[in-house]
Amino acid sequence: MIRFSEEQAMLLDTAREFCQKRAPIDVVRQAIQAGQPLDATLWQTMVDLGWLGVTIPETYGGLGLDLADTVPIFEAMGRQLLATPMLASTLATQVLITNGSDEQKAQWLPKIATGQIATLALTEANGSWESDQITTQLNQSAAGAMTLTGSKAFVLDAGVADVILVSALQDDALRWCLVDASDLPDGAIQREVVIDETRRSYSLAFSDLPIRADQVLPGTSFKKIELAAMLLITAEMSGGLEGVLAVIVDYLNTRKQFDRLIGSYQAMKHPTVDILMGAEMTRSYLYHAATVWRDETDDVAVESAVRMAKCCASEQFSEAGDRGIQFHGGFGFTYECDAQLFLRRALWGQYQFGDERHQRQKLAGLLF
Amino acid sequence: MNENEISEFRSDVRAWLQDNKPAAPSFLLPETFMEVGTDQQFEFLRRWQQTVYEAGYLGMSWPEAYGGGGQPQVMQDIVNQEMAAQRVPFVPNTIGLNWAGPLILEMGTEADKQRYIKNILSAEDIWCQGFSEPDHGSDLGNAQVRAVKDGDEYVINGSKIWTSLGSYAKYMILIARTSNEGPNKYAGLSFFLAPMTADGITPTPIKKLTGEYGFCQTYFTDARIPADCMLGNEGEGWSVAMKTLMFERGAVGGQAGGLSMMDLNINDIVELARRATRNGRPAIEDPLTRDELVKLVLEAKGHVVMGSRARIPALGGTYPTAVAMSGKLRGTELKRKMTRFALSLQGANGARFISEAALDGGKWQRSYLNAFSGTIGGGTSQIQKNILGERVLGLPKS
Repeated sequence: MIRFSEEQAMLLDTAREFCQKRAPIDVVRQAIQAGQPLDATLWQTMVDLGWLGVTIPETYGGLGLDLADTVPIFEAMGRQLLATPMLASTLATQVLITNGSDEQKAQWLPKIATGQIATLALTEANGSWESDQITTQLNQSAAGAMTLTGSKAFVLDAGVADVILVSALQDDALRWCLVDASDLPDGAIQREVVIDETRRSYSLAFSDLPIRADQVLPGTSFKKIELAAMLLITAEMSGGLEGVLAVIVDYLNTRKQFDRLIGSYQAMKHPTVDILMGAEMTRSYLYHAATVWRDETDDVAVESAVRMAKCCASEQFSEAGDRGIQFHGGFGFTYECDAQLFLRRALWGQYQFGDERHQRQKLAGLLF
Repeated sequence: MNENEISEFRSDVRAWLQDNKPAAPSFLLPETFMEVGTDQQFEFLRRWQQTVYEAGYLGMSWPEAYGGGGQPQVMQDIVNQEMAAQRVPFVPNTIGLNWAGPLILEMGTEADKQRYIKNILSAEDIWCQGFSEPDHGSDLGNAQVRAVKDGDEYVINGSKIWTSLGSYAKYMILIARTSNEGPNKYAGLSFFLAPMTADGITPTPIKKLTGEYGFCQTYFTDARIPADCMLGNEGEGWSVAMKTLMFERGAVGGQAGGLSMMDLNINDIVELARRATRNGRPAIEDPLTRDELVKLVLEAKGHVVMGSRARIPALGGTYPTAVAMSGKLRGTELKRKMTRFALSLQGANGARFISEAALDGGKWQRSYLNAFSGTIGGGTSQIQKNILGERVLGLPKS
């Protein structure tokens, strides 16, 4: 069962209109060319719209809504390939809400709601992000002083972030550490080259970084954060899938070969219908997952719904991007063709927090 | 009806179905009304329809004056849901109950309604459909069976194919060409409620790929049918046929209800994967099989969530008709994939066929071969993709 309220529908309309206006494809390309600097004006507008505080409780200056309520915004951003620190900030917000102490929340949530950038460092340098595979260490000396040592990868927007939430192992227990970006030594944050050029992705290196007790979060919830990341990335992917379908349909309706519009060839038409079906199914799974997330009745139901959505999005978006290149023929092989932007976006999303094979493996255990 | 009345009615229906569900016969029942191939199967199912109708659970929303129940549609919906849940047999007169019946109620004369409706419900009169022709597949507009007016009769010549229940039917909804003039091929078509008893109408059973019978080719050789069995006016056949297809596809309500096929869903496949064995252990324990099964579950579940989203206009997106218009394609392809996969769960026994030694009597093998009736009939999957590409995505015609 999917439910979608009028307020959510309005937010979807607002977000789509906003992203269409602020991120036409040439703006996206210019940002890539410029090395993806933070667009401060755009960011402030999003803050003013209240988007950064959607999930932040009212006492900390937010709207106090559910994470699922941000899904339409991320879908709209994905449709236009708009990459802002909202993904990182929203996920870091969930870490604080779920795991932070009152003091930690009071210190950071009002700042995030008003535009300070937060991010989370979950994935290890070797590409693992799951709770049993974290190797970054939170060490404690005999005198009680703590230090952080290890390397993280795929940390979004770390270069522009004010605060970073890092998963680390303390003895055998996994903890969240709150690291002020200004405390990191020079060279600790390095820009990474990733396949999706719209992303600002960084690696982090911690070497005996001092950590005070008040930097360690009391809560130890990790799975919910991983699922939150999957949900929002799926939302972006669902939007992106719609975007690449539009690029394909447009080309099939304008490009002529052998005196015929190429869209009249069944060899193009039928797989494009397959992409449409994949997009429709992805979007349905997305809003189904959002509904189940909001209901929060049963952990297994939430995990299954989110994994199904991520599985479907990973498979369908990457396939659509792949076909999108092929259907543009020679033009598709060039940097000029927009299909590559979508394919590269799809591949990034596919491999973040588990591709379709990973999800199916998890789902087998949940379903049978 | 308020919620209490609804739940009370639902439990009454459930209890009745549990008490009256016929015991499984010694022979393999067909899975859809299109597969009824033996008299034994037909008589069993016809008796079941009579029982259901006499209990008041069929045509509940049709007017009482013609044999219906005169009740709100919601009651029939509940009955249909419970029939599916209790996995009772289907009622065989689908074409009468769900296509011809609602059509007659909407545009037939008073005499038509008096003559046909009650006997459709009671399975006294079985109906069949004469739309497709051997040379034109599902290109209905090209129908070439001729109907020439002669006094107060039409003389019919030609042949129709894929006539389900043709050997048992008393009436046929028939589309035939009354003229070759007119601005286009559609203008010369007319629609008849043709009596199958007329001399010169010969339904000839066709042997299917399963080796069973289930369809007929119906030959018309100077068959004379009364002129007053035309529905609508001469030359209006195309629009009447389109209306029929709306009923057939469930795009508009008004059907008498009842199941028209045995439900086969993904849970049946999961259950089969637990009990069928490959290499000496349950198929579901084999990692590769397990992964394939997850894929299939995701596809099946995906269709359910698509249906759920389609009911929310705000989430319609760029192509709001995509989900509804692809139902036939998705549903029939899924069934083909599920039944095909069911064979692969059985190891070497996947190669058996209808026989005692086969798992479930060979039901899965038969289901797979019969699944092509869905992906081919009513416009092949390939034609469906043309339609979706052109009408939903707006791509140029092939």
